[in-house]
Amino acid sequence: MSVVSDGADLAGRIPAEGLAEPSMADVRDYLALMKPRVMSLVVFTALVGLMVAPGHVHPVIGFAAILCIAVGAGSAAALNMWYDADIDAVMARTAQRPIPAGKIQPGEALAFGVTLGVGAVVVLGLLVNWMAAGLLAFTIFFYAVIYTMWLKRTTSQNIVIGGAAGAFPPMIGWAAATGGIGLEAIALFLVVFFWTPPHFWALSLYRTADYAKAGVPMLPVVAGADETRRQILLYTLVLLPVGISPWLIGHAGALYAAVAIGAGAIMVALAWRVRTARGAAGEREAKRLFAFSILYLLVLFAARLVEGLGAAFGATP
Amino acid sequence: MDERSPDDGIVLTEEQKRRRRARSIAIGLALGALALLFYLVTIVKLGPGVLNRPL
Repeated sequence: MSVVSDGADLAGRIPAEGLAEPSMADVRDYLALMKPRVMSLVVFTALVGLMVAPGHVHPVIGFAAILCIAVGAGSAAALNMWYDADIDAVMARTAQRPIPAGKIQPGEALAFGVTLGVGAVVVLGLLVNWMAAGLLAFTIFFYAVIYTMWLKRTTSQNIVIGGAAGAFPPMIGWAAATGGIGLEAIALFLVVFFWTPPHFWALSLYRTADYAKAGVPMLPVVAGADETRRQILLYTLVLLPVGISPWLIGHAGALYAAVAIGAGAIMVALAWRVRTARGAAGEREAKRLFAFSILYLLVLFAARLVEGLGAAFGATP
Repeated sequence: MDERSPDDGIVLTEEQKRRRRARSIAIGLALGALALLFYLVTIVKLGPGVLNRPL
């Protein structure tokens, strides 16, 4: 009797019948599964949280923290692509992702995502601290389960609540540096949280047909373009003071305040143009707001990073 | 000409072998980097204290 089950013999040969084809996944396909562009924004905002937090972090510990946060973001992205492969396949924007394109099998993506997630949380806990690790675990869970599996397909408020997942990285960076959560960490969380709806709704305004085809209840699909334009403007009006809040609570300096006021005013102006424009011009304005929203977040966090670096290197022992 | 019989099991093509090798190298590099990271953090956290342990 063979000691190896299911017909595999001791010479290591496995009958081809009934087995999946050998994987054709390339390393690049696995990298694509981690959504590197989203990951770069996560890394950047987490780095800012880490750098502006009070106290000193050894560069090696800081590097380990950022690496774990990046891998955690990659894990959440892989789990998102595993679960959403069916709707990704019918949307033009996502049809070329590794699973719908047939480059990676769903089971491979699931195993990859779970392995990365568990690894990132455990390593962050062991090397940095368990507060940051706990926040990272919650963020992965929030994005993969609460947003991807639950909210995305059931409510038009999916990206409002789900946006919290993208807002946690600066808080995790802060926690990695301090072992706790500070007032500015909450302010940075709120900046990303209120930035998310105008950002994604601007995109969904010119991808409405795609989302409708996939059955995703994005706001323009459920409530129409006009209501979406109104909500974009409302959230942008809230984002303006929230963006300035790190300065208002006395943590950020004049550079950050100037950038937050200037960029925030441009965001409001673009959101107003989205609110009023229609037809082809409306689509153009939505694309413009979507593109600028990325720049908005980038310059705000960059300004805060410059201030944080200035304080770190300017401080005398 | 395909001379394989069903008893031969799955025989990887050259492309499948190349991709498997690339994946194996990537996993090896990642594990090596992880070991290096643990080594560096140990040195940073313990410094000379790494030698100060009960024997």
